[in-house]
Amino acid sequence: MMIAAIGLANPVFYSLSNLFDLCKSSTVVGLFALGVLVVLVSGGIDVSFAAIGAFSMYVTSRTLLALDFHGSAVIAFLLAGIIGLSLGLFNAVFVAFFRLPTLIVTLGSASLFRGLLLGFIGTTIVNNLPEGMVRFSKLTMWNSTLANGTTTGLSWSFLLFVLAALLVGLLLQRTMLGRGIYAMGGNLVAAERAGFNIRRRQLFIYGFVGLLSGVAGIVHACTMRNANPFDLVGMELNVIAAVVLGGAGITGGRGTVLGTVLGVFLIVTINNSLILLDVPSYWQKVVTGLVILVSTGITARSRAQRVRGVGLC
Amino acid sequence: MRNRAKTRESSLFRLLVVTLAVFASMSLLNGSRFFSYRTFASMCFQFPELGVFSLAIMISLITGGIDLSIISVANLAGLAAAFVLARPEAASHAGFSVVTAISLALVTSLACGLFNGWLVGYMGITPILATLGTMQLFMGIAFVLTKGHAVAGYPDAFQTIGNGTLLFVPIPLVLFLASSFVLQILLSRTALGMQLCMMGTNPTAAVFAGLDVRRLQLKTYALSGLLAGIAGLIVIARTNSAKADYGTSYLLQAVLVAILAGVDPRGGFGTVWGILLAVLSLQFLSSGLNLLRFQEFAGPYINNFTKEFTWGALLLLVMALRGPYRASVRRSRHESPRS
Repeated sequence: MMIAAIGLANPVFYSLSNLFDLCKSSTVVGLFALGVLVVLVSGGIDVSFAAIGAFSMYVTSRTLLALDFHGSAVIAFLLAGIIGLSLGLFNAVFVAFFRLPTLIVTLGSASLFRGLLLGFIGTTIVNNLPEGMVRFSKLTMWNSTLANGTTTGLSWSFLLFVLAALLVGLLLQRTMLGRGIYAMGGNLVAAERAGFNIRRRQLFIYGFVGLLSGVAGIVHACTMRNANPFDLVGMELNVIAAVVLGGAGITGGRGTVLGTVLGVFLIVTINNSLILLDVPSYWQKVVTGLVILVSTGITARSRAQRVRGVGLC
Repeated sequence: MRNRAKTRESSLFRLLVVTLAVFASMSLLNGSRFFSYRTFASMCFQFPELGVFSLAIMISLITGGIDLSIISVANLAGLAAAFVLARPEAASHAGFSVVTAISLALVTSLACGLFNGWLVGYMGITPILATLGTMQLFMGIAFVLTKGHAVAGYPDAFQTIGNGTLLFVPIPLVLFLASSFVLQILLSRTALGMQLCMMGTNPTAAVFAGLDVRRLQLKTYALSGLLAGIAGLIVIARTNSAKADYGTSYLLQAVLVAILAGVDPRGGFGTVWGILLAVLSLQFLSSGLNLLRFQEFAGPYINNFTKEFTWGALLLLVMALRGPYRASVRRSRHESPRS
């Protein structure tokens, strides 16, 4: 948390346009991260969200184009959300009804979704997005003109991230559903004995991740102005790193929205500054790996000390 | 105990049926092409890599963890060897450079494995996260060392490891069988094997039984690292090149083989026999699918992505058929115990 806060201080030094850029590029990571946060809090892990995002993004774009649809982007978000939701529920069935380890389920389903998309649906990049999505991508909340005459603005899609963050925050902190998710992560058996309906919650959790991933997919397509089915998959680690960096424990029961948001900004900032500093891109993996190890290492150490202090072990 | 032995036998039997079923259906679909000598010869050169990777994953799964970094370790170790082998002067004293390269690769992989083990055992990082991080780290180091280029061109003496035969048996297969044999002995006949299974079944109980869990974790990941290094050597010898991101799809396939083999992903159980059968059935499937490309009715639909789809579907199907795991009775999540 501390590191995340210090890291947040860095972007202040950047120009307004870079700050807006940062907000824009953190939106997709952020939406994914909020979903991952909910899963991690419940004691599971999901590595299929990027595949779900790519799937919903591509299928939605192709469907809307095929229907020759000219309406607003809301429909695109709805459609992608529904596709994402159903793919997420697919995961949930395996987790909730077959009680399988979540890592292996989502590892399998990620490969399944990606294979389905690239093997059977299509591999060509959609360059002419549906009209509504193009309009959405050009919308900005406010504009400022820079000294050199270019205008820059904060994209509306960032608002989606803010809204999603508020929603997840309320969900986790203020609802019975959310408290149950924390309880599951703390101790599944105890949560079950305490009367929480585990199965229903797992259906909700994985469905919710799918929904968010679908929305994130559309945001990504709007930002990129194309729908590339090869995109998104491969960023799973960055997202998980962001969430873990934000203080969420992979063994469940711990994690906050604020921490996750800070973690997302830190990860995006690190990747962004590596580019700005002209660090060759092949260093990026080393840095991501180190960030994951150092942050999880610190969390693990401090937890160990706390446990020792209380004298539990 | 008897109950456990029974389930072990029945799951091996079921696996045998699955393997034969895959074999039969692929032979039916492909006809004589599948039964040719060439198909079998090429299969015998292909599956040992995946087999050794699966053994590496199995070791970590047995202890209740998982080693996601094996592919990165293999590539890094392979690169370490490749740097020695690809030097121009390597050809002139081939014997010396081959020995140096092999030992360098094994030392590298062992070091990577020990690092993983240290992170899991002594730092107390969850295996998933620790190896997720080192997977990135090791692959990143390999990228930095090579700038993304392949390091290729080794002496013939080294390439025999990947392409030669020993008494008509492909050398990769010999290496795989040897590793399986050693691992089987280790798991079933030594105290260490027993301790690994105990730790996987119940880490807390293992601590109270007086086992040094940290050292065991260190040994586990060192062993899986070493196996990954052997796989890396086979890979570079067979392809005559080493690359930072070779064979990333092997990770999912290795997990698939291990699950297919009846290894309990919650820890505590897994056999080498299962791995042997499972890797065979997966290779039949993979080669069969490849051959289907030449058939008119299926050809256009088969590509690398449909294979990816098949792996995923198979993994979920096998687990769903075997499950539900006794989740609420046993440990519901992987957590390394702290003392």
